[in-house]
Amino acid sequence: MTTVQERSPMPQEREPNPALTDPSRPIGFGRVQRKEDPRFVRGKGRYLDDVVLPGMLHGAVLRSPMAHARLVSIDTTEALAHPKVHAVITGKDLEGLNLAWAPTLSADVQAVLATDKVRFQGQEVAFVVAEDRYSARDALELIDVEYEELPVVIDARRALDPGAAVIRDDKEGQTDNHIFDWEAGDKAETDAVFARADVVVRQEVVYPRVHPAPMETCGAIADYDPIDGKLTLYETTQAPHAHRTLYAMVAGIPEHKIRVIAGDIGGGFGNKVGIYPGYVCAIVGSIVTGKPVKWVEDRSENLMSTSFARDYIMKGEVAATRDGKILAVRTHVLADHGAFNATAQPTKYPAGFFSIFTGSYDLEAAHCSVTGVYTNKAPGGVAYACSFRVTEAVYLVERMVDVLAQELEMDPAELRLANFIRPEQFPYKNKTGWEYDSGDYEPALRMCMEQIGYADLRREQAEKRARGELMGIGVSFFTETVGAGPRKHMDIVGLGMNDGAEVRVHPTGKAVVRISVQTQGQGHETTFAQIVGEELGIPTEDIEVVHGDTDQTPFGLGTYGSRSTPVSGGAVALAARKVREKAKAIAAAMLETRPEDLEWEKGRFYVKGDPSAAKTISEIALGAHGTVELPEGVDGNLDAEVTYDPPNLTFPFGAYICVVDVDPGTGKVKVRRFVAVDDCGTRINPMIVEGQIHGGLADGVGMALMEFIGFDEQGNCLGGSFMDYLIPTAMEVPDWETGYTVTPSPHHPIGAKGIGESATVGSPPAVVNAVVDALAPFGVTHLDMPCTPARVWAAMQGRPTPPI
Amino acid sequence: MQVTMTVNGTEVTRDVEPRLLLVHFLRETLGLTGTHWGCDTSNCGTCVVLVDGEPVKSCTALAAMTDGHEVRTVEGLAQGAAGGGTLDPVQQGFMEEHGLQCGFCTPGMMLTARALLDREPDPDEATIREAISGQICRCTGYATIVRSIQWAAAHPAAAPTEQEVVA
Repeated sequence: MTTVQERSPMPQEREPNPALTDPSRPIGFGRVQRKEDPRFVRGKGRYLDDVVLPGMLHGAVLRSPMAHARLVSIDTTEALAHPKVHAVITGKDLEGLNLAWAPTLSADVQAVLATDKVRFQGQEVAFVVAEDRYSARDALELIDVEYEELPVVIDARRALDPGAAVIRDDKEGQTDNHIFDWEAGDKAETDAVFARADVVVRQEVVYPRVHPAPMETCGAIADYDPIDGKLTLYETTQAPHAHRTLYAMVAGIPEHKIRVIAGDIGGGFGNKVGIYPGYVCAIVGSIVTGKPVKWVEDRSENLMSTSFARDYIMKGEVAATRDGKILAVRTHVLADHGAFNATAQPTKYPAGFFSIFTGSYDLEAAHCSVTGVYTNKAPGGVAYACSFRVTEAVYLVERMVDVLAQELEMDPAELRLANFIRPEQFPYKNKTGWEYDSGDYEPALRMCMEQIGYADLRREQAEKRARGELMGIGVSFFTETVGAGPRKHMDIVGLGMNDGAEVRVHPTGKAVVRISVQTQGQGHETTFAQIVGEELGIPTEDIEVVHGDTDQTPFGLGTYGSRSTPVSGGAVALAARKVREKAKAIAAAMLETRPEDLEWEKGRFYVKGDPSAAKTISEIALGAHGTVELPEGVDGNLDAEVTYDPPNLTFPFGAYICVVDVDPGTGKVKVRRFVAVDDCGTRINPMIVEGQIHGGLADGVGMALMEFIGFDEQGNCLGGSFMDYLIPTAMEVPDWETGYTVTPSPHHPIGAKGIGESATVGSPPAVVNAVVDALAPFGVTHLDMPCTPARVWAAMQGRPTPPI
Repeated sequence: MQVTMTVNGTEVTRDVEPRLLLVHFLRETLGLTGTHWGCDTSNCGTCVVLVDGEPVKSCTALAAMTDGHEVRTVEGLAQGAAGGGTLDPVQQGFMEEHGLQCGFCTPGMMLTARALLDREPDPDEATIREAISGQICRCTGYATIVRSIQWAAAHPAAAPTEQEVVA
């Protein structure tokens, strides 16, 4: 008996995929509008506070008004008696669950709710769960806490004084406020170069405490199901998978019973990397009450308690020849980590990537040492688009190069041009052990100078100086260090810094991409679709990007340190290429030829020498899922998954020039122009690239001129609201001017280097250098950020720098 | 207490606590979550809505204060069918010129832009910057927001357009 196998009709005689020739359906790299925008412009984003679950309760955190005090007693009786209050949780309650302290991302512990002492103003003391957010706040007022005030340590310079109060007496054997000492580079070699140098300049440079302050504050909704033991946690997180693993390790809930969902995130900038006490409290609140519990911090809580950034006191030194050859740099840094060491950085790097402070210059030697200390301030340190402290490194070296230029009476742009690492030196190994992947610095700086009209500006400045007008031109050139990172060097609490991606092409040729990184505004839903489209020839609009849900995406460490494109982008490109290889085998079977006889052009395979014998990717997809006789070893789908371990970091770079005018009567700085020339390697979506740069430039102007988290002598936070923590509005920033060069990364699958933090890293020194340049006639050689009118005016009078 | 107001063209009446902020009335009582909240001090403007056509920070107004007034939120910008419809030129402009990234400040920015263009159809850059100066954006550096509003001014009767393609 003969069986006739019925075959469904195959699309063998079809026209070429019309999508390939349809300009309204763009494929791959280029400027396209974002896929996420239609919901955002209609107010249909789904941010954390928009999520409402049935029966949901609301949490609020009681915080310490004092910076350092012993907890004598907490009386929650009245709060519990409030008719709408369901629970009040204190540190004592958490002790019973072994949750009063939680591990940080830096091998320290942090109090979830205080049990013994409070160690910074705004620290979490108690958690109220009530029926609505207003009642929860009301009940906070009903909790009676007795504190016994202790001496505070606010100035990091005094933290190691013999008589300083010991903040972390909870740590066994801790008798002072010292956290770590760390160094990089060759000290003896560096000292020897300094000893024989013609010129040595020194300057203490402070990168003050600032805050990422995304427009959406941090929050969580915990929904614990006691029947199946599953915790669903909605969070404002940049790293959903890492959070899930940490909760499993800390809370004892099995990892497969935890689902972390990060919906739309209203900006992150590093503020949403860590796990905050409020998240843990929401989980406990849900377990205790049996209902979903939402906790969303207010702005003051965000500024006073969640991850700050910077707070580095850097003693910079540069050795050079009299004719302007920079020989070596060295520095000692005092790093203020606040009351708990909770910085989020790779384990082996307690000062992040600060040792990249050799910048863009070819040096003979370099050495840095960093001492970390505890103070009575909020924990954090690695945040605000800092690329793991490259911000501090770039600010130091770019400020110091200007100090040297002033000393040598050389033009700061010319001094930089004379000392750049040359293109033929790449890959370039610097003196602290980093291998820069690729770079071509001089064309970028020359383009920037050309675009802004550097020579004309210097002439204008000379004329204005003659008239007593204050105009400054600030140059900065940065090399970024992003895409962490290779697992042999980099992990966070033991988790290798890799990311997974999965590409599935559906039978009809549409695709879904699942990624482990999380967008907070960077446009992942668009750019990751473009990467897949570029590799497979599928229109962007036909590719759905899934992210922000640990039940639906492969494991990976998340979005921070500009690592999405360098790491996850690599994973996506390689997964798409695996799909393409598979498609090739299937196409060969469909065309009855050998894979090696096929050529690829975007979107289809054709037989070498016979372009009419071709199969488009959608035809192949249908074949893969259909009844095509598959080659041996090929299964019936068009899917692939890759976890990408980058071989090295990527090193974007850029040249920035800023022009400022200073009002001689008030000291007010006006940023007149800002030209940014960036090189991030391959540009996936130029519109998004430019948007990322613009945002970072505004950050730079903000930090240079306005943003500051200060403290008074009692440890009261002076930057705890947007009335005090000043962020630039449209009035304080100019219309940005941008340019670009393209130097692809040689080791990245698509040559992309990442762009998210370049401008935040590179722009502050350009602005400060411009301000100092404007004040040069007064003999000013340095001014610490923020360059407020009071500080600028004091500098003009030769007076000491006021607090802000 | 009872409040009655017109929200996006529809009259609503609700019993509310006298202390209820307008932003929470819109978000939680009416479920219009397109209006966001971003600070405690009336500085960030994330919560801006239009009350009788004027931009108002809804975190600084009580629901009771808008009793008898007309409120317009981002959900009321597009014309026509709920959840879609024809976009306002301002909405289209923000998509064309990349005037948004995380999208959190965007509803407030767009409503201020709408009020500005209703008053002054062809504003210059300085006027646009001043109009949005009570609002903070952390993502865009403002230049693309300015361009978005200029796009809307140049396309007063914009209909949804095809995606712009520049390879």
